[in-house]
Amino acid sequence: MDMNEIKEIFFQECEEQLAELESGLLKLNDGDRDPETVNAVFRAVHSIKGGAGAFGLDDLVAFAHVFETTLDCVRSGKLEPGQDVLKVMLKSADVLADLVSSSRDGGSVDESRTRGLVKELEALAHGELPSASGHDAPKPAAKPAAAAAPAPKAETPKPTDDSGFQPIPFTFDGFGQEEEPVIEGSTYEVVFKPRRELYSKGNEAALLLRDLSRVGEMSIACDTDALPDLDKMDPEESYFSWKISVKTTKSEDDIRIVFEFAEWDCDLEVKFADEASSDEEQPMRPVPFDLSILDDAPSAEDDDKQAEHGADQTVAEAVSAAETATSVAKAAGAAARAAERKESAAAAAAAAQNNAAAAAASAGQTIRVDLDRVDRLINLVGELVINQAMLSQSVIENDATGTSSINMGLEELQQLTREIQDSVMAIRAQPVKPVFQRMSRIVREVADMVGKQIRLVTEGENTEVDKTVIDKLAEPLTHMIRNAVDHGIESPEKREAAGKNPEGTIKLTAKHRSGRILIELQDDGAGINRERVRQKAIDNDIIAADANLSDDEIDNLIFMAGFSTADKISDISGRGVGMDVVKRSIQALGGRISISSRPGFGSTFTMSLPLTLAVLDGMVVTVAGQTLVVPLTAIVETLQPEASAIHSFGASQRLISIRNSFCPLVDVGRVLNYRSTQANPVEGVALLVESEGGGQRALMVDAIQGQRQVVIKSLEANYTHVPGIAAATILGDGRVALILDVDAVVAASRGQSLRPEMSLAATG
Amino acid sequence: MSYAVKNLAQGSRELIAFRIGDQEFCVNIMSVREIRGWTPATPMPHAPPYVMGIINLRGAVLPIVDLSARLGMQEAEPTARHVIIVAQVKSRIVGLLVEAVSDILTITEENIQPVPEISSDLEKQYARGILAIDKRMICMIELDALFPEKESEAA
Repeated sequence: MDMNEIKEIFFQECEEQLAELESGLLKLNDGDRDPETVNAVFRAVHSIKGGAGAFGLDDLVAFAHVFETTLDCVRSGKLEPGQDVLKVMLKSADVLADLVSSSRDGGSVDESRTRGLVKELEALAHGELPSASGHDAPKPAAKPAAAAAPAPKAETPKPTDDSGFQPIPFTFDGFGQEEEPVIEGSTYEVVFKPRRELYSKGNEAALLLRDLSRVGEMSIACDTDALPDLDKMDPEESYFSWKISVKTTKSEDDIRIVFEFAEWDCDLEVKFADEASSDEEQPMRPVPFDLSILDDAPSAEDDDKQAEHGADQTVAEAVSAAETATSVAKAAGAAARAAERKESAAAAAAAAQNNAAAAAASAGQTIRVDLDRVDRLINLVGELVINQAMLSQSVIENDATGTSSINMGLEELQQLTREIQDSVMAIRAQPVKPVFQRMSRIVREVADMVGKQIRLVTEGENTEVDKTVIDKLAEPLTHMIRNAVDHGIESPEKREAAGKNPEGTIKLTAKHRSGRILIELQDDGAGINRERVRQKAIDNDIIAADANLSDDEIDNLIFMAGFSTADKISDISGRGVGMDVVKRSIQALGGRISISSRPGFGSTFTMSLPLTLAVLDGMVVTVAGQTLVVPLTAIVETLQPEASAIHSFGASQRLISIRNSFCPLVDVGRVLNYRSTQANPVEGVALLVESEGGGQRALMVDAIQGQRQVVIKSLEANYTHVPGIAAATILGDGRVALILDVDAVVAASRGQSLRPEMSLAATG
Repeated sequence: MSYAVKNLAQGSRELIAFRIGDQEFCVNIMSVREIRGWTPATPMPHAPPYVMGIINLRGAVLPIVDLSARLGMQEAEPTARHVIIVAQVKSRIVGLLVEAVSDILTITEENIQPVPEISSDLEKQYARGILAIDKRMICMIELDALFPEKESEAA
């Protein structure tokens, strides 16, 4: 592994740390005061700094150091993380991210911005609150920082500058703790002479001695008399022995236990001694015990160092992998406590859950795998599923009774394949959190640019969805967020005039709904100005001047190509490549987007996306001689219509009555142009489906073949998007079947009486 | 690709010739991935008439184009004797239904005659030259021109 690869790993870790940092800061911003959150933030910056130092990324180190210093003030309680402070910190996190990416990819960083922030951070560290408004944070921060940092260890040269943290020169004195209390115990004399076998079995004298130091206060002397001249020395021989005097309240057995595993490979003498005899037996001067140099495990050192430094603070910051469990418990405890305080029960629980999840994530072992390898595996498993289905089919054809052992084995194989498939899919499932976090930065930056005050609230960021979906989600979401900030939320003055909170809120929610992920983007802005949208659509020849459109239809006009209502084209959005692009990229993902808006109260964009782009549970049906797959998630129920339940409605519409309610009947064969005349409903089967736009429809198909899981194959790769068809799949007999896009079919059927071409093109 | 470059350097190139009705056509061999027998295709809704449907090509979905219909001639009625030329057209892979593959031709630039001035736009669009080999007339066609990305999007 060469340096570049290691560096690449560092940058990957940086990204994780940055995400951690930002989520921590946002939690603080929401009023979370759990020390563990502050610690997580601190650790993130600290790790970036440490790594950057190792690679000589000086700019990064310099900025991270200032940032870390200020964070340490927050951590030690000297600086109250109020809104103003956090604003600076969030900006700093952005700059840190920029510095990381510029270190990775080259390119430049806005230096004046960096310098400005360094100044602001330093000011904060010195107890000055941001000049903008210094009234809301109480001021224990005014105390000089150094005074507040207690130095609990007397004998250690304390590496503390006035910022409270200066980690480079370091002396390990983690064992000092045991020295402090006066031990009223007895003294034991221990002579420890390892034999050659001890070393050859991988034991290490130093580690044994360190363990011994935990038993009690000890002084140690090394006997080097046996050491021959260099030319006579056998490097594998053991020459040293140690005389140790241990003052402890514990018994001789406790001392012997330390050497338990080395007992047979060393000469060990342990005897009780009073003060006098101990002097007598130690001709050599005992050296004060300091084993710091023996400890070369950097991570443990690192954590201990932090614990050491902030010994007056919570224990949690000494968190190392082994202690993560405690921190999970702590987080849970915090949640329980917070839950008692009713006002913030939900938020705290969510925060604790995040903490717990984060802690669990760091505790569980993870590996980094190249995405291509996962994709290859997924493709192969996809083929395996197809192959298994083909095999089942041919066995069933040859063995009608279905009792042979082949059949039994096959059933087991089917279960196994399914499990393999689920597991492989789970590898790719990831929480939407990273994308949501990116959005908060965009909101901050764009809001700053247009001079608006906007808060982004995210919900359900742990909702998991396939990696491919996540990757493709960022771009349309960014666009929509920019739009919401730029056009959706009004300026603070206008908001106040309208009697609203001058600070606008954008809410980003993710949740699972019937096998899809639903992402909602809600702003509390002005809502859609329907008059203007309508006028604009007329001006741009999108609709006729006398078109009679419902409110809903007007709202959805913003998804038409070449539509932009911003009066002046701004930097941020409004280049005329607006929502139509968003809509197209969502559709390319197999998703749908819709908008609902209430004038004066804001707009809500709802996106519904598939959880995975790879498999789907479907009902296999026959329509006009063709085999189609209907996604099972869309189907509410299936029924065999009776002639008496079918009612003609108008010229061409038919309704079916289901439990006294009437539901439009959609002939799938007609919508897809498989046949030119409407089929007789009584001869077929009706699938009652629920579509995204709400409302039920009965889809007429000729027959149901069965139910099965199918692997989704893209049509777009070699062909093109087909209205009404979501994708294709390969059936057990090796033939291709089309997967029905239920919502598009429903929308088409709904639009047919109105304007078939447009709705097909727009919703397909 | 180096193979094609090498051949071009020597002034010759290889083409696959195939038959549709009573006419012969050829395409650059480098764009042909494989040749396979006809299997029934799953028809596509809302497809232009020359798209016969899609088939399963070892796990991938392959659209089948009736080349005869695409070239403005009679629609094919595929039989087991028809073949599908699997060809790379830009970033996509397309199956071309033809009656039979007749030849692999190695030609030099001198063999290629220019397309005569004709009134039909369709032929002008895809024809890149005419070869006279053994008293046969073989029309060299350019697949990229036949399936521009835009066209299939419009489909």
